[in-house]
Amino acid sequence: MNAIQQLGAWTLGSVARWGRAAIFLFQTLASCAWVVRRIDLLMQQIFSVGVLTLLIILVSGLFVGMVLGLQGYNTLVDFGAETSLGMVVALTLTRELGPVLTALLFAGRAGSALTAEIGLMKATEQLAAMEMMAVDPINRVVAPRFLAGVIAMPLLAAMFAGVGVFGGYLVGVSLLGVDAGVYWSGMQEGVDLYADILNGVIKSVVFGFVVAWIAVFEGYDATPTSEGVSRATTRTVVNASLSILALDFILTSLMFK
Amino acid sequence: MSKPLLEINDVHFSFGANEVYRALNLRVHKGQVAAIIGPSGCGKSTLLNFIGGRLYPNSGSVICDGIDVTSLRRNALFEFRKRLGMMFQASALLTDFSVFDNVAFPVRQNTNLSETLIRHLVLMKLEMVGLRGARDLMPAELSGGMARRVALARAIAMDPLLVMYDEPFTGLDPISMGVIVKLIREVNDTLGMTSLVVTHDVREACTIADYMYLLGDGKVIGEGNPDRMRESNVPDVRQFMNGLPDGPVRYHYPAPDYADDIIGGPV
Amino acid sequence: MKNKGILEFWVGLFVVAGVVALGVLAFKVAGFSGGEFTQTYKITARFGNVGGLSTKAPVNLAGVRIGRVTAIRIDPDHYNAVVEMSIDSRYDNLPMDTSASILTQGLLGSQFVGLNPGGDEIHLEDGDEVMLTQSAVVLEQLISQMLFSKAEGGE
Repeated sequence: MNAIQQLGAWTLGSVARWGRAAIFLFQTLASCAWVVRRIDLLMQQIFSVGVLTLLIILVSGLFVGMVLGLQGYNTLVDFGAETSLGMVVALTLTRELGPVLTALLFAGRAGSALTAEIGLMKATEQLAAMEMMAVDPINRVVAPRFLAGVIAMPLLAAMFAGVGVFGGYLVGVSLLGVDAGVYWSGMQEGVDLYADILNGVIKSVVFGFVVAWIAVFEGYDATPTSEGVSRATTRTVVNASLSILALDFILTSLMFK
Repeated sequence: MSKPLLEINDVHFSFGANEVYRALNLRVHKGQVAAIIGPSGCGKSTLLNFIGGRLYPNSGSVICDGIDVTSLRRNALFEFRKRLGMMFQASALLTDFSVFDNVAFPVRQNTNLSETLIRHLVLMKLEMVGLRGARDLMPAELSGGMARRVALARAIAMDPLLVMYDEPFTGLDPISMGVIVKLIREVNDTLGMTSLVVTHDVREACTIADYMYLLGDGKVIGEGNPDRMRESNVPDVRQFMNGLPDGPVRYHYPAPDYADDIIGGPV
Repeated sequence: MKNKGILEFWVGLFVVAGVVALGVLAFKVAGFSGGEFTQTYKITARFGNVGGLSTKAPVNLAGVRIGRVTAIRIDPDHYNAVVEMSIDSRYDNLPMDTSASILTQGLLGSQFVGLNPGGDEIHLEDGDEVMLTQSAVVLEQLISQMLFSKAEGGE
């Protein structure tokens, strides 16, 4: 009896939360038109969401590319197919690891910061104060951060993949002696602009949208206490990561039949 | 007397199963400093949220300057809020902005004034609260009392009709408290505003208020000027004004009989 | 707010770096040479068996890629497969009696369509069908044929 009741309460709670999140998304999207008139706010957010995430993305991208080069070479050389190394590295990065790992890092680095910032603004009544000063916090605070996330994500993912390909080159060509021309031509042979690169970009836009949405919503919906904000931050990272991985499966199955 | 600036008529409100207001009525006249006092948790801040249109009562009307706030649509509500000032308990300064930018914030957002004019205006308000020299500090560098004064300067930046103060005296040292008390009165009289102070500090409320309302049990249980309130014979009013631990508001949270509770033990 | 210039510089740099990275992916990684598929015309060919041919597989002429397979479907009346290909318009002078065969890159590689030009004066136009075709070589069939012929020869 009690368990059934709890299940019911949980269900109702979740439905209400989804409803709030959806309404919130619509409000945010409607506010994006306002942000266009305040490019300075968007700039500031692209800086804190994008530029400050750049270093971790570049370093991770380089190492992931190097690991792919090493692992790919060791596997392929058994079949005498190390000429395909460039293709393997590039396909892995553009289709999967670029968008997915960037989104995961982005959720951890920028998403959590967004949630904490907005949650703290709520806890210290800054959002309420803005409302009372006839300033809509969704325009002023939420929408620029959301938009910055959506814009920054594909750029970061592209840089991740670009640096990764270079990392693979470093290991494969400079270290293990695959021919440079073969590395690039194999890559160009196997990677298609639309099927691979464009789909990868679409993935990263979707991930950016979802991570930014989750991050600003969790912050805005946080219980306005320090504990509430810390829980919201954790929820952002967990929910965003799970959503990324689940969405990646769905998108992959739709894109690469 | 003329028509009141603020009228709260027969407001009912419940928060889930918890009934916060049943039949709340109060009036604030232009130029007055009105104090709303009452025990913690009796929903005083909720009242300010009604006036600012951040919450809606279940029934009843909130009329400010002839406008029924409960009926306003979004855009009209934001237009209306430009004429309200509010000082929050936690000051609620925007942490990314300096003192100057905080006070300038509502002006920049809501008007098209030139930067020169904004500068004059902001410095004037900061001078009024005695913090013109602190204009470049960040909120994190301010003491609690100073932050409260900046918040006050920001609340009056747009020269509002009505300024609302949410617990302006809480958590301040005696000097800062004295400063705030003096400022609220001064600002109200020199700038010709109307003030609504929500507080549980009876002594300070008595010093500044022209008129007081004591809330309890979801409605006004006593009202009048400070002298009348102090001399009231109504038991609820006496208990609160004099800070008596036991009275109509019980010291004990409702519980079964003590003796029964101890003898009975856990079943 | 204070160092607005520096902030804008970094954001600008960030956007440029992102766009450059996208460009690298498109041109260097995918080998996109621009305009490759802007002007194409479609031809079809019927095969008894397409083997492992898939859409987007290359269409080669003398070993050079001149187009891609865009669709593979079944003709329900004749029970054979219709392969639709888009060919770069620069090569619009393929003779009418060109033959198409499904070939394999290397021994176990992916399959592609190879075109073999004939000598006809009339050229293939958009929507035309290549009449001469050779189906995919299915390795299993090849092996079983070989085994059977061996078995027969051994008697």
